[in-house]
Amino acid sequence: MKFDDFASGVLTQEMAKAAAPPTELWEDKRGGLVIIECPKPIPCDPCHTSCPTGAVLPFEDINDLPKVDYAKCTGCAMCVAKCPGLACFVVDLTYGGEDEALIKLPYEMIPCPEEGTEVECLNRVGEPAATGMIVKVQEPQRDKTLVVHVAVPKSFVLDIRAIRVKSHG
Amino acid sequence: MKTLRTPDVLVIGGGPAGLSAAVEAASFGCHVVVVNEDLALGGQLIKQTHKFFGSAAEHAGTRGIEIAKILVSELERFGDRVEAYTNCSALGYYSDGVVTCMVGEERYFKVKPKKVVVATGALEKLIPFPGNDLPGVYGAGAVQTLMNVYGVKPAKRVLMVGAGNIGLIVSYQLLQAGVDVVAIVEFAPKVGGYWVHAAKVRRLGVPIYLRHTVKRAIGESAVEGAVIQAVDERGAFVGNERFIECDVICMAVGLTPTCELLWQAGCEMCYVPELAGHVAVRDRTMRTSRPDIWIAGDAAGIEEASTAMVEGRIAGLTSAHSLGHVDEDVFEERLKGYWRRLDALRGGEAGSKARSGISKIMIEMWEGRGVEVR
Repeated sequence: MKFDDFASGVLTQEMAKAAAPPTELWEDKRGGLVIIECPKPIPCDPCHTSCPTGAVLPFEDINDLPKVDYAKCTGCAMCVAKCPGLACFVVDLTYGGEDEALIKLPYEMIPCPEEGTEVECLNRVGEPAATGMIVKVQEPQRDKTLVVHVAVPKSFVLDIRAIRVKSHG
Repeated sequence: MKTLRTPDVLVIGGGPAGLSAAVEAASFGCHVVVVNEDLALGGQLIKQTHKFFGSAAEHAGTRGIEIAKILVSELERFGDRVEAYTNCSALGYYSDGVVTCMVGEERYFKVKPKKVVVATGALEKLIPFPGNDLPGVYGAGAVQTLMNVYGVKPAKRVLMVGAGNIGLIVSYQLLQAGVDVVAIVEFAPKVGGYWVHAAKVRRLGVPIYLRHTVKRAIGESAVEGAVIQAVDERGAFVGNERFIECDVICMAVGLTPTCELLWQAGCEMCYVPELAGHVAVRDRTMRTSRPDIWIAGDAAGIEEASTAMVEGRIAGLTSAHSLGHVDEDVFEERLKGYWRRLDALRGGEAGSKARSGISKIMIEMWEGRGVEVR
């Protein structure tokens, strides 16, 4: 049985690469840049309306796919918190040491993860891809959607899209 | 309570469409009665813990349960102008325009409104398979009610049948409740719901088996598992059967409009597959062939809560207008605005089915069409 199928909600490797920001803007950008994984048109625009810098461009038609002006993105992750599809992620390549990066991802599970905990980082089909460390937990919209900052190995930034907080005991 | 209520507008159904219709009609000074079958106003919104799509005008990015609170508080602003009855069913529509209602199973009353908005929502469809009468075979609505309204964990391990938006969203909510979603089976070759909803559950490790369905439920006195199998293009079983261990089989295989009252009222009805059942023929004001009856929301054809709210606004606006409560230019401008929103929401690929269905059932205007009143 084929799991890595676009028809069931998983980006192909090529699409994942294509969704990443341009390397020259991305690698030195403190705070990181957004990656929006929203490949099918739906009537939805909160990524644009929540963006404080205008980086997520205005929608001509609400069914348009989101477009990003990476020069304007500050990696603030307001869209990460607001997107109803949990399809926005921010990746900061300047974080930590040479082999580290920071992913800011949406999290809606309980309990609220604690800063400093080790977590399993999951790929787009829920397989553990790496181990990460929670460095910050925010609730930007005060609406129970958390934005979790996870330090991860840099080589996995295009794979990791979720975390599993290990249960105690 | 008086045994006969005589409001300007009776709204049947207190979900997103009905509440929107009531708010709109009341905002123009209409006296409105809302009857709502459930114990709480809000319809399915009260179970929707996920954030909604759409634009800011439809509260995009806000959780459904919060949208219900917003609509109810808007309604409460009108004070005595709006009477809302919960735990109250509209039982029948009579030829003299009387709608009979019952609160609980004891308090019976009649409403003779000037205008009616039918916003009765939808019914879940189910699919037949051996063992589907075992305890543990649920509709997705019941699972959501147990979990999100009553705080009861409905299962340990769930097999979800159907990857439309409801199947995908309920799967996600089950994961949030700590329930293991073993798999989602989907008859079609791709997910029917929004791709991003599928991505949300895939990245948490839930497999979606496309072109698969449930073949039978296994269990002595309750569900202990399910047999699933692949299907070919024509829907015939192919390949090996596979046993899935689970204690709940949750069916999210679609909805169909609740339209009994419309049949009873003699509205011109038509079967439209894209709208998932029998629906009333309507004009652009959501008015049916019975000039005093409007429709809105899933009762008018299965769509999203966002479009239901706009249709409710239209039905509320035009029923108020028909009573002379709305100035002509305000009416025209508002109606145009609501249609711009509807067209935008239905504009894309995701709305193509609704567009096609509505094109079959919507007429420009009733005047001059020679409506046969049965």
